[in-house]
Amino acid sequence: MRDWTKQRTERTARLKGAMPLATGKIVKAEQVTELLGHLIKSGDRVCLEGDNQKQADFLARCLTQVDPAAIHDLHIVQSGLVLTEHLDLFRLGIARKLDFSYSGPQSGAIARALDQGKIELGAIHTYIELFARYSVDLTPNVALIAAVSADREGNLYTGPNTEDTPTIVEATAFKSGIVIAQVNEIVDKVPRVDIPGDQIDFVVEAPEPFYVEPLFTRDPGAVTESQILMAMMALKGIYAEYQPKRLNHGIGFATAAIELLLPTFGEKLGLRGKVATHWALNPHPTLIPAIESGWVEQIHCFGSEVGMDQYMSARPDIYFIGKDGTLRSNRLLCQNAGLYASDMFIGSTLQIDLAGNSSTVTPDRIAGFGGAPNMGSDAHGRRHVSDAWLKAGREAAGHSGLLVRGRKLVVQMVETFGEGMKPAFVEELDSIALAKKLGMELAPVMIFGDDVTHIITEEGIANLLLCRNADEVEQAIRGVAGYTPVGMARDRVRVEELRARGVIRRPEDLDIEPLEASRNLLAARSIRDLVTWSGGLYVPPSKFRNW
Amino acid sequence: MEKFTIRAQARTSLPGRGKQAIVGVVASGNLEILLERTEPDQTVVVDVVTSARGFQTVWEAVIADFVTRSSPGGVRFSIHDNGARPDTVMLRLMQGVNVLEKTA
Repeated sequence: MRDWTKQRTERTARLKGAMPLATGKIVKAEQVTELLGHLIKSGDRVCLEGDNQKQADFLARCLTQVDPAAIHDLHIVQSGLVLTEHLDLFRLGIARKLDFSYSGPQSGAIARALDQGKIELGAIHTYIELFARYSVDLTPNVALIAAVSADREGNLYTGPNTEDTPTIVEATAFKSGIVIAQVNEIVDKVPRVDIPGDQIDFVVEAPEPFYVEPLFTRDPGAVTESQILMAMMALKGIYAEYQPKRLNHGIGFATAAIELLLPTFGEKLGLRGKVATHWALNPHPTLIPAIESGWVEQIHCFGSEVGMDQYMSARPDIYFIGKDGTLRSNRLLCQNAGLYASDMFIGSTLQIDLAGNSSTVTPDRIAGFGGAPNMGSDAHGRRHVSDAWLKAGREAAGHSGLLVRGRKLVVQMVETFGEGMKPAFVEELDSIALAKKLGMELAPVMIFGDDVTHIITEEGIANLLLCRNADEVEQAIRGVAGYTPVGMARDRVRVEELRARGVIRRPEDLDIEPLEASRNLLAARSIRDLVTWSGGLYVPPSKFRNW
Repeated sequence: MEKFTIRAQARTSLPGRGKQAIVGVVASGNLEILLERTEPDQTVVVDVVTSARGFQTVWEAVIADFVTRSSPGGVRFSIHDNGARPDTVMLRLMQGVNVLEKTA
């Protein structure tokens, strides 16, 4: 007779071993490493909560201190691999296999560890893709998570940075897994219950508050005239043309420039209320002037942003705010919103090839995907219509038949030369060489060319929806690739033909005078201006303050 | 550091009466251009001093497009470049001739 409760029996046995170290659910910080020794077994799948921003950094440190002779071959399944401790687990032989989404600051270290064979790579996922696999075949045995506060029953308040926590806990707790939370403080009553206590096994008050990285703060002082010109083209050539109301912006300076032009150039174009009213977006400080000018109806957030909490708390009509008065973010739900409920994604990339495939991989860095592939892809399961979605679909089909489905607008903004005069347009993506070197079956591609609808550079807009074959796509891309080798190798006659058809549009075709692309157009020209726009509610982190 | 001079013939001499202008700054990723109306009617002379090596063909392509677009005959351009990208170079050149043209 088959035993149907092996996982539950195993869980009970582990909890029994750990019980002497806890008072109820509360464990002392200095006993956490010993606790983990009882709760984690070799070969376990472990999620060590590393979100885009919030990090279970104390628990990560404790896990690096277990004895690798006793605990080894862990399979790490988490969205963000951003702390040095995350890599230490592999270096020390505690962990072996890795499935993740995003690595940011550790992108160089991951590439080296893969090259040295220290990491056995499962796959690099997008966020919702990894979360989906938590429910199917990558369910964690143990989750080590982070929250702001807990009560003695284990009810958790995650604060504005809820991010991935509910998703991780759901998958772990209901499949006989074990959940351990580090919190900044243990309190009598939490401000709100983000995670119910019966899903939490142990709570520890960490010696230091968990670390949060400001990721979405772009200083208006650093926005260049080229980025302003591209933003003007985007507003006139895309926003005014398709009128996308629901959208997501990437985190680069070009999209920050768009946000800062909404109340000025956008207002002049008469677009307020017609475009960009509903957002799936992190709390970008550069959107404050547009919010204050009445452009925005509502914003759902993946996570929070350092310094934005008071501002958002004071704007509950715009943001999702709990009864306690602070932001509730949720990465899974917001990613889902970006995938299914948005008419447009517009963001930057590092490299684009002649088919429009784009990648942020360089030969020695694997930054992962994060959420961009979800934002920047057309969801084939979408069935509801909008004007923007239908217009894009009809342009792609070349007609408006009975069953022409719509398309999400996926717009890539890229300056033709990146840092160190590295051309952004290439014949072959660097990720292909990297995949060969590491023996990957498929090179990491951030956004595939068949999902991209427009490419904007300082030279103009290429509308790939209107291209009828791969050859036209190639010349449309060369035609906006400026003075890069790819751009200089264009077929000038064919590029002019594409321009005559409106596939390529130059600033002058859009009646935009490049000399008007001045910083005076920005609604805020400094971080301090953003503080002023917010009525003092935005409190920028010190590294962005120069007063 | 690299120095070279690019010469071109414009279709016409630049309109307006401005004799001299300076645009831009020698900050990182930027450039400074001194424009002087000292050349014969259709002649264009561009002296480039740049911190980035190996981009002379890109400069030639940018200047050729600029001369076609703006026809700045009679003007000598002295450029101090600190790693500006081609689009920034084009923008500053256009800003410069705009000043000379608008000066009554």
